[in-house]
Amino acid sequence: MSHFIDIAALDDIPRQGARVVKTPSGCVAVFRTLDDQVFAMDDRCPHKGGPLSEGIVHGTQVTCPLHGWVFDLATGLAQGADSGSVATHAARIEGGRVLLSETCLRGRAA
Amino acid sequence: MKQRLVVIGAGMASGRMLEHIFEAAPDAFDVTLFNAEPRGNYNRLMLSPVLSGEKTYAEIVTHDAEWYAARGVDCRFGEPVVKIDRANRVVYSNAGGVPYDRLVIATGSAPFLLPVPGKNLPGVVAYRDLEDTQAMIDAAAPGAKAVVIGGGLLGLEAAAGMAARGAEVVVIHLMGHLMERQLDPAAGYLLQRDLERRGITVHCKGATKAILGTDRVEAVLLDDGTTYPADLVCMAIGIRPETRLANDAGLEVNRGLVVSDQMQTNDPAIFGLGECVEHQGQLFGLVAPLYDQAKVLAATLLGTEAAFRPVQTATKLKVTGVDLFSAGDFAEAPGREDIVFRDPGRGVYKRLILEGEKLIGAVMYGDTADGAWFFDKIKTGEDVTALRDTLIFGPAFSGGAAADPLAAVAALPPEAEICGCNGVCKGKITEAVAGGATTLEAVRAVTKASASCGTCTGLVEKVMALTLGAAFKPVENPPMCKCTDHTHEDVRRLIKARALKSIPAVMQELGWKTSGGCASCRPALNYYLLCDWPFDYTDDRQSRFVNERNHANIQKDGTYSVVPRMWGGVTTPTELRAIADAAEKYAVPMVKVTGGQRIDLLGVKKEDLPAIWSDLNAAGMVSGHAYSKGLRTVKTCVGEQYCRFGTQDSTGLGIKLEQLLWGSWTPAKLKLGVSGCPRNCAEATCKDIGVICVESGYQISVAGAAGLEVKETELLVTVATEAEAMQAIAAFTQLYRENARYLHRVHKWVAKVGLAWCRAQIEDPETRKALADRFEESQSIYRVDPWAELAAKPADWAPVADLSQPAVILGAAE
Repeated sequence: MSHFIDIAALDDIPRQGARVVKTPSGCVAVFRTLDDQVFAMDDRCPHKGGPLSEGIVHGTQVTCPLHGWVFDLATGLAQGADSGSVATHAARIEGGRVLLSETCLRGRAA
Repeated sequence: MKQRLVVIGAGMASGRMLEHIFEAAPDAFDVTLFNAEPRGNYNRLMLSPVLSGEKTYAEIVTHDAEWYAARGVDCRFGEPVVKIDRANRVVYSNAGGVPYDRLVIATGSAPFLLPVPGKNLPGVVAYRDLEDTQAMIDAAAPGAKAVVIGGGLLGLEAAAGMAARGAEVVVIHLMGHLMERQLDPAAGYLLQRDLERRGITVHCKGATKAILGTDRVEAVLLDDGTTYPADLVCMAIGIRPETRLANDAGLEVNRGLVVSDQMQTNDPAIFGLGECVEHQGQLFGLVAPLYDQAKVLAATLLGTEAAFRPVQTATKLKVTGVDLFSAGDFAEAPGREDIVFRDPGRGVYKRLILEGEKLIGAVMYGDTADGAWFFDKIKTGEDVTALRDTLIFGPAFSGGAAADPLAAVAALPPEAEICGCNGVCKGKITEAVAGGATTLEAVRAVTKASASCGTCTGLVEKVMALTLGAAFKPVENPPMCKCTDHTHEDVRRLIKARALKSIPAVMQELGWKTSGGCASCRPALNYYLLCDWPFDYTDDRQSRFVNERNHANIQKDGTYSVVPRMWGGVTTPTELRAIADAAEKYAVPMVKVTGGQRIDLLGVKKEDLPAIWSDLNAAGMVSGHAYSKGLRTVKTCVGEQYCRFGTQDSTGLGIKLEQLLWGSWTPAKLKLGVSGCPRNCAEATCKDIGVICVESGYQISVAGAAGLEVKETELLVTVATEAEAMQAIAAFTQLYRENARYLHRVHKWVAKVGLAWCRAQIEDPETRKALADRFEESQSIYRVDPWAELAAKPADWAPVADLSQPAVILGAAE
């Protein structure tokens, strides 16, 4: 069972937006959807390294701000005809706080 | 009292004339209409499809009993007129006399019958009316033998029609090739070959000697001794004007009933119309000039001046699957030259006949797509010398310069770049199409071509059209995005009409198919809403593209660029010092002068943005909106203050315009230029809105472009004073804001709605003022510096947590 780290208040993240968490191996984007679900994934598009945290969040997807790749927030998989994926990390809300799995502190696969 | 109009003959010409009369003056005449055939008007041109079984009689009726009844026409169908009493102005049928004030003779034509033995045998028909057609239909059972005498337009349609019903058909033609009045020998040959492929026997140079048979027709004997067995013989060797009634009445008749330009005979109360008339020595058999006659005669009868002028006519053979076109004069004669194109394999033949610098005739077989274009050139008589090299290839190559756009794309090698934004070459697109991406949407998804700025969409579609051929269907006005079936225009209209004032309201009311929209529709909706409801709608930052959300331009490495506004391109030592200080303080890697006359600080980290903004704000500078779909810059030249040519204070006007417009959101970026004289040093004529100062005032032109497309502006209005110039520009900006599709630059929008429409709005003082007032209302909300507000909360711009330090991790672990 993995440990979770308290990173911020839910209200620090705008609905349909994201905030960034710095880790030793790069940034993690923590997303909040319109219906207050939270998701976390590496803040780096596999295409050209765009900061996914700056993308437009729609439903449970995000569109990369640089070239428009779309990723599913839950799986990290590129949508449509693009193929590629972003490492995701477990995140959850507890008592108005956002908790992020400590797996994000371990080395990256890619 | 109504005049009494009597019409003899219910054919296509008189039918058209009656339509004109009833349209223009429904109560001018009491009309009596005689027709020898026991029915009203039908489309005789469509007898061939009836014969071949492709249409029924009911489908070709043009005026039914109801039509005549509604107009009070006294119909005497099946009641031939036998006599005209000109002295007393009465026409007689066997049922009695009908008096007239005006009489129209439209008796049409009669088939010309060969004066050979056996011509009156049962089973010999002409091809003029429904009875003839029915006789052929009855006779043309599968296996029956039919002979058509005459290889002209009518004869061939009769032959093809009976062949289509299964009869064995022979065509006997006196001349050396078919349709010799319309076709030259080469095209005639191709036509003969096509007909023979359909099982029709063609016998040219065949003179009919006799029609054989005892009780009814049995065979046709030719001069050369050939005999063709026949169950039915159709004589279609020609027609002559039906003038017997006119002749008997003592009217002037040559080959046809002689009429003036007004369609009047030598009796002022009697008029002629249609195939029975002769006008300046000419007879008429095709429908276009007959319709012209009908129009002229209707005008004449109603007392309007009109004159019949015969025009050139073109011919098309109505035989399914045979493409044939001929127009003008194509006989060989001294001084005439030919341009000929042949593709025997495909059965294509085209011949153009030139006399001097004009095109006077065209014959086409197999591919008649350009027929109308050539016909137009023949009718206008324009000089085609300059087009001559490529004339035969039709409009696609007219002038040689404007080559077929598809051909140009076809000529591109596979490695040619199509989409500059995403670096997609032609080969990648053709591969994607071959891989099953048959819609633009699919190609976009697979290759990213046209997915960014969209300028290459047309090019991508052409590549797709070339690869897919006829299977490609371009989308005319596609829905806004995959989330909705509405177009941008529909959504804009409905937002206003239904007073929708939030993104969720739009999505709910207009039936969005996704829950939260997408990255394409949300920014557009956000713009439409803030434009239409400046007081009611709150800008939704999360529906903004990153640059507008962060009020800075994101760079490829995730850093940003910062551009403070320099009003009209004018700055001060204090501002320059503040910029220099900021650049050093935040270790800005590059300081660059932009094309919009200001300074760009490139490579700023996101978390430094609030601080650098604060520093620039402190020196009196505000955001330059270098990232927005909104007012960017107003570029100026130095103007009259320093320039020896300057006519007005162009710099001052530029500054005032920038202060008027800054902070406004527009469908796409908006760039202005103000030049102090026509030397145009501010390059105002390639901007969205450009002002050229002249001695007498200000020329305001719009819709320029100097990006992916390059286009000169077009003059919108010229005004005398600076105040008028500012009002006109505010009004035009608002017109653009309210009407354009999101992401369409001014030039793209103007191309759609037309400059004339824009000008009409701006020239009307009330409309202009209302637009300018609405713009100012919106600006009362949006003319603010976003940096000042955003810089106040620097924490929002930094990471929400920093887990990169081991101590922090341990501290927060449990």
